[in-house]
This record gives sequence, structure tokens and C-alpha cells, in this order.
Amino acid sequence: MSTLTLKNIVKEFTSGSGASASTTQVIKGVDLEVKDQEFVVFVGPSGCGKSTLMRMIAGLENATSGDILIDGQRINDVGPAERGLAMVFQSYALYPHMTVGENMGFSLKLAGVSKEERAKKVNAAADVLQLGPLLDRKPKALSGGQRQRVAIGRAIVRNPSIFLFDEPLSNLDAALRVQMRIELARLHAELKATMIYVTHDQIEAMTMADKIVVLQGGVVEQIGSPMELYHHPRNRFVAGFIGSPKMNFLDVTVTDVQAEGVTVRLPDDSESLVRVAGQPEAGSAVSVGDRLTMGVRPEHLILDDSGPLGGQVQVIERLGGVTSLYLASPDGSGDGKIGGLKADDQADSGWILIADGDVASRVGDNIRYTFDSARAHLFTSDGLALPSLDRHPLTGLTRQDNSLSSVSAAQATDV
Amino acid sequence: MMTSSTNSVAAASMAVNASRARRSVLNRKLVLTLVAWTIALMMFFPIFWMFLTSFKTEAEAISTPPSLFFTPSIDGYIEIQARADYFKYALNSVVISLGATLLALLIAIPSAYSMAFLPTKRTQTTLLWMLSTKMLPSVGVLLPVYLIFRDLGLLDSRTGLIIIYMLMNLPIVVWMLYTFFKDIPKDILEAGRMDGASTLQEIFHLLLPLTLPGIASTGLLCVILSWNEAFWSLNLTTSNAAPLTAYIASFSSPEGLFWAKLSAASTLAVAPILIFGWMTQKQMVRGLTFGAVK
Ligand SMILES: Nc1ncnc2c1ncn2[C@@H]1O[C@H](COP(=O)(O)OP(=O)(O)OP(=O)(O)O)[C@@H](O)[C@H]1O
Ligand SMILES: [Mg+2]
Repeated sequence: MSTLTLKNIVKEFTSGSGASASTTQVIKGVDLEVKDQEFVVFVGPSGCGKSTLMRMIAGLENATSGDILIDGQRINDVGPAERGLAMVFQSYALYPHMTVGENMGFSLKLAGVSKEERAKKVNAAADVLQLGPLLDRKPKALSGGQRQRVAIGRAIVRNPSIFLFDEPLSNLDAALRVQMRIELARLHAELKATMIYVTHDQIEAMTMADKIVVLQGGVVEQIGSPMELYHHPRNRFVAGFIGSPKMNFLDVTVTDVQAEGVTVRLPDDSESLVRVAGQPEAGSAVSVGDRLTMGVRPEHLILDDSGPLGGQVQVIERLGGVTSLYLASPDGSGDGKIGGLKADDQADSGWILIADGDVASRVGDNIRYTFDSARAHLFTSDGLALPSLDRHPLTGLTRQDNSLSSVSAAQATDV
Repeated sequence: MMTSSTNSVAAASMAVNASRARRSVLNRKLVLTLVAWTIALMMFFPIFWMFLTSFKTEAEAISTPPSLFFTPSIDGYIEIQARADYFKYALNSVVISLGATLLALLIAIPSAYSMAFLPTKRTQTTLLWMLSTKMLPSVGVLLPVYLIFRDLGLLDSRTGLIIIYMLMNLPIVVWMLYTFFKDIPKDILEAGRMDGASTLQEIFHLLLPLTLPGIASTGLLCVILSWNEAFWSLNLTTSNAAPLTAYIASFSSPEGLFWAKLSAASTLAVAPILIFGWMTQKQMVRGLTFGAVK
């Protein structure tokens, strides 16, 4: 039973001394509610403060201001070990001079647990992670994946109420990452613990999270379920950050604002009605003549010879099942920059279209395409999304809905 | 045809290159070996000569040209032992070097810990300042130290020498431990803190085991430096606490120089530390390169 609450957390680092001292605010007032047994994933660009936030939760760093509560208790002044949390480091941080067994039992040893008791708990954790045969090895003699499992085992042995993972899989190769991802999901179900997880990996975030927290520059941009963030990003940053390849953006002009949506003019002078409200959640209403940014995901573009958008094919990536077409931007600003390599969400040039695997287009072809206006997003000039009038039917989906275990659990309770 | 001949030419030239490279590596090895042996012999020769002389008679010891072949005698050793009890001095040396080393480590480990893991803006300056005290000639503080020791009753006491040797070695010990501690990944210590380790437990369970090779070599170096120190031992001791350095010195004065006896005394004085150094050299080298090869 563990909930975690962050209230207006601020973190400042001071560098230099005396008169030349300067303070940088790295976390700028973060509020977060983590429910019991929830799997929360922090994502955001490098340097946005994910690790700092996690280290404050762990107690390795002090919050400059704000409250951290576990089960309603303020724990700002409680030491890291007493918080009942366990952290898995990106570098594994195993104790190199101890065997796997000693590594896993170290916290118990410090807590004065008897040798037999310790061995029992270590063996139990080793069973869960299939580490049994490795217990007498030193970390040096383990593979990357095994080390990662030991690091997780060390956390499990402490039986923490909340697990913290800081990019735990980023040092592993792709195949191992997939395996560990599934293993972690299994562990989460098995241990019934609350987990907080930092990652750079879109797939990890989308598949493992109950709740994704998107951070940028020390500020929470949006908190929501993976499907919610994908279908209803609150602003342009989240829209560009979630989803891979990135969402395509295009400048458009408002020609009409009505109850059933906002009509915009596309580069070919055709008009399109997008079913969004005429006013962002916070901010002033848009009016005719305003410049907006339209966003459409690559997978929602449809090849169509009479479509309103068009561009020259610059690069083709054939993956067999699907084909990615890298196009010049429909408004002609595309200077051949490859969309997938966009430096940030400001670099609009270049669109990506995900088409069927059998598409016959060649590099240099001028192709035309259209989009499903129900899948289009509109953003104001300050990057705020105009909220969609129709909720996507899958946004209410929870992670449990996607795994067999919950189905069988539901059946079990039916009987 | 064409391609195969160019290929074989290329292969041949590659083989030539490879053998040339191998030869140049060999040459370098040869030169390095020669240089190393020359330096080693130059450093070892005086000790070897002293060792030989200690088994000569006084007449042989000063004969020109020096005699390389002679009938060894241990008369020199017997005589010097009759004049001063070697073992008393040796015991003093052992107690003082080990005592000073342990005390230095005891003080330096926490100091280095705080400098490495809880640095302030003055840490670097402090470290440099500590090292700079080593530049000061000892004689510059002889008088004040002597007076303080006299007033505290530390003259000619092992405690006094332990304290002064500890102070003498402290900057080096702190500096070395500091660099070893700095090399430990921060994550490991943080993992320890998450596991519930207090600062002391962190030091004993993580820091010390992880830096043991470094600490051991620091300790060995400290023992050797203390053993060889002569300035303070000559000035602050008379008989009770006098270590082996004072023992050698005591043979140089009264009746002029007697080379054979002096050599015997010196051989006895340096033998323990030479054997000690020889036995621990692997550990020393491992420890001193500890950070570099990890
Ligand atoms: N001890 C420190 N002193 C000063 N600034 C710091 C300190 N630790 C982190 N920062 C700054 O805080 C910001 C956030 O760092 P943090 O490590 O939390 O980023 P992150 O989101 O984890 O990035 P990444 O994805 O690269 O791991 C960075 O700009 C970093 O430079
Ligand atoms: Mg980080």
C-alpha cells in the first residue's frame, strides 16, 4: 500500500560561491500523484530533470521547497533507507567486491537480519529473477543483463513499497531490452508494488506505463495514460515528443470557427474542418485569420492522388510491413531535411508518411496525400492544443486491459 | 592475372611492414630493458658494496684498489652488537613506523572521505596547502617542535616520534587516499545509502574494501618513509626511543670512521625494510596504479 504525492517540488542547484554564486532552478514546481501499484513513467528530453526528480523522491537529493509524501506522510527529512524505497541505477551500481548473494543481502545485513533469514530472502528473490546459479559470482563475471537482474534483485530483497528505476535498460542491447521489459512488467504484476520509471525509450514508456509524466525544462507538460497522451496531447511539445516517428507539423490559417469545429486553409487553398474547440484549455479563443499549427501523425496520412497535401519523396525506408516516406513539407518549405532527424519540434520542414509495405513510390516522385481530419491536431501560436471535441474511444484503456493476466484474473473472480 | 599479381605484391609489402613493425617493437623492448637494468644496477650497487664491505676486516675495507675477493668474516657484526643492542633500535623502528602509519591512516581516512565526497569550495586549496607544507625544510620548524616536545615531555619518547612522523606523512597519505576515493563511482555509495548504510558502515563495508589495494600501498609507503626518516629521530631522541637511523649515526662519530663496522650496522638497519619492500613490491605497484587500471 503505497501512494506518493509531490507538492510543488522545486529544486535549485547553486554553483560558484560568494558574490559570483548563481542558482539554477532545475525543477520548477512539480505536482504529482502516484497511486498504489501504479506504474508511472517519466519521459522528457535530456537534462529536463527526470533524474533529479527521482533522486529527490529517493532521498539522495534534498528538495529546495515543496513536500514529498508517502502514504500521506511528509518524508522530506527522512533518510533514503527509511523511506522504504528501492532504486535501480542506470549503471547498476553493484558492489564489485561482493558476490551476487552478498550484493542482494547487503541491506538486510545492515539491518541486522540473521544469516539464515537473509539467505532465505535472497534465495526467494533470486528465484524470481532466475539468478540462483549466479549467487556466488562477483559482478565482474556477469553479463549486462545479468547485472541488471542483480540490481533489480537487490531492490526486491528490501521489499520496498516503491521501486525507482532510472533508465534501467538503457545499457542493454535491443533484444535484451525487450526481454527485460517483459520481465519488469511481470515483476510489477507479481510484486504488486508501485513503480516509478525513467526512460528515453518510447516503446518502454507506451507499453509499461499506467501513467506517463512528460517533463520539459523542469516543468510537467502533461500527465496521462499512454493513449491519452498519444491521442490528446495538451500541447505541441507533448504531441511532438510522444509517438515515433514524430508528428508532422504545418502552418495553417483559420477560416471559420464554429461549434462543430475549426476550419483551416491548407497550402493548396483547400479547406478542412478539424473537430476541435475554438479555445485552448487555458488561453484566449482563436478567431478567423489566426495562424495555427496543424499536426498529423505519420501513421494517419493516407496516400491519395487527389489529396490536398503533396510533396516530393526524399528518402524511402522499406521495413517490409510498412514503408516510411520522407517528404518535402506540403507548404514547400521542405528543404530536404529528414523528418526523423528533426532537431526539435521547431524544425517543421520535412514530413513523414507511413504507408503500406507494398507502396511503389520512388525517390523523386511527387506524391499527393490526405489525412483523416478526426486525427488532426491544431495548436495555437503558443503551442497550446485546441481540445478535441471527440474523446478517442481508447483513451480510457488501462495497461491491465492489454495483458492476459488481467483477463484471467477477472475470470477468476467471476467464478 | 593482373589482380592476383597486385594482390601478392600487396601481401608481400604487408608482410614486410609487419616484420618491420615487429622488429621495431623488439628494438624498443631491448633498449628499455637495457635502460631499466642500468638504472637498477646503479641504484643497487651502493647497497651491494655496503653489504660486501660489512663482511670485510677494517683493513680490507679501506684497501685500494678495493678487494672484491676476500674471506668473509662476521667480526664487524659481533663488534657492533657488543657496542649497541641492535634489537632495541630495531624494535623502536618497527613500533614507531607502524604506529605512525596507523595513526596517519586513522586521521587521513576520514579527512580524505570528507574531501572526496563532501567537498567545499576550499577543498582544493586545502589539499594543495597540505602538500605545500612538504616543501618547507624540516629544520625550519626544528626549534619550535623541540621546545614543544621538551615542554610536553615527548623528547626521546616513541610517542613523540610517532606523532612527528605521522604529521610528516599525513599530507601524502591524505592526498593519495583522496585520489583513490575520488575514483569510486558515486552510484555505488548512493546504492549503499539506499540500502541503509550509515557513513561509518559506508566507509567500512564499501569504501575501504573497494580501495584496499590503494590504502595498503599508501600504508606501505608510509612505513618505508617513516623507517628511513633520520632528521627528526636524530634531533628528538637520545637513547630510549632511538630508531635504527640513530643507530647508524651512533657509529660514525667517536673514534673516526670504521667502514666495515659502519657497513655492518647500515646493512642491519636497512635489511628489514629492504626485505619488507621486496616482499610487498607487487602490492605497492598494484596499489599505486590502482586508479589507472580499474
Ligand atoms: N549536482 C548538480 N549541480 C548542478 N546542476 C545539476 C546537478 N545535477 C543536475 N544538474 C542539472 O539539472 C538538470 C537536470 O538534470 P537531470 O540529471 O535530472 O536530467 P535528466 O532529465 O535525468 O537527463 P538525462 O535524460 O540526460 O539523464 C541538468 O540541466 C543538469 O545540468
Ligand atoms: Mg538522467
